[in-house]
Amino acid sequence: MDNSIFFPLLLVSALTTYLVRVIPFTVFRKKITNRRVSAFFYYIPYTVLSAMTFPAMLYSTDSVASAAAGAAAAIFLAYKGKNLLIVAIGTCAAAFAVSLIRMLVL
Amino acid sequence: MTFRRGVTDGFAIGIGYLSVSFSFGIMAVTSGLSWWQAVLVSLTNLTSAGQVAGVGIMSASGGLIEMAIAQFIINLRYSLMAISLSQKTDESMTVPARLFDSFFITDEIFGVAVSKKSFGFKYMTGLAVYPVLGWTLGTLLGAVLGNILPPIVTNSLSIGIYGMFVAIVLPVCRKSKIVAGVSALSVMLSVVFRYVPFLHENVSSGFAIIICAVIAAVAGVIITPDRRARTDG
Repeated sequence: MDNSIFFPLLLVSALTTYLVRVIPFTVFRKKITNRRVSAFFYYIPYTVLSAMTFPAMLYSTDSVASAAAGAAAAIFLAYKGKNLLIVAIGTCAAAFAVSLIRMLVL
Repeated sequence: MTFRRGVTDGFAIGIGYLSVSFSFGIMAVTSGLSWWQAVLVSLTNLTSAGQVAGVGIMSASGGLIEMAIAQFIINLRYSLMAISLSQKTDESMTVPARLFDSFFITDEIFGVAVSKKSFGFKYMTGLAVYPVLGWTLGTLLGAVLGNILPPIVTNSLSIGIYGMFVAIVLPVCRKSKIVAGVSALSVMLSVVFRYVPFLHENVSSGFAIIICAVIAAVAGVIITPDRRARTDG
């Protein structure tokens, strides 16, 4: 990636992420008592990850078919309560298997 | 609560970060970053979801404002964690110490630190050693192997980080109906932004994530405002 695009975006990304951490850690020392605000903070990680994952996950490999196989494996393994690493390996393996079949058959 | 104790407590986190950042490294180079750019992103940001969104914005040559808002929303949870951690720090956590240690506030480091009755600068800094090493080294390995391995393998590996996201969200959805509801709503909105041509052409992926996540979380607050913030990581 061209450095003239990369470095300004890197700087903004790193600085924003740092400020989000440092300002409350240094300035605010009180607990959040507003229940609506704390509920919002509780939900946001899950809604962010959900929106980031679907449907983007389906376009993260060389074909929607292999990505869909990976997504199905991820949902199955995560539903079974497997840990992060096992789910990731299963996801990649399922996507790879379908990619391989497509390469050999098509 | 010594530095050494922190280092020991952080070991398991560091090992866990190796695999997540390996996936990130692969994903970053398949998105067009060079290996050292991927490593630099990990070293300066130290956050998974934010970095994945950030690389997406970089590869689309997105705007600086878009990047700032995306990182702000995606990493907003660290503000809540920082406030929780603040209640448990002892007098060794001076302002310069806070300026330094706040960089290391991640979901997992927060989870370990907040479980202590009280901790100081030495402990938290020690706790960050292996996670930072693991996160950086994993990214390097992923990025380098991403350049060497054949495309069919790297393509299959680049989906791995999304698998991890599923593994984070789904178990919580099984336990909490409201989390399942807000997550499902967020996915539905995200699908709308992806497949309605007008939205897909005019709203970049970074902004789409922000809009979907905020609407879904606000809907959750309206439906169940009593959900207390979970502070156990």
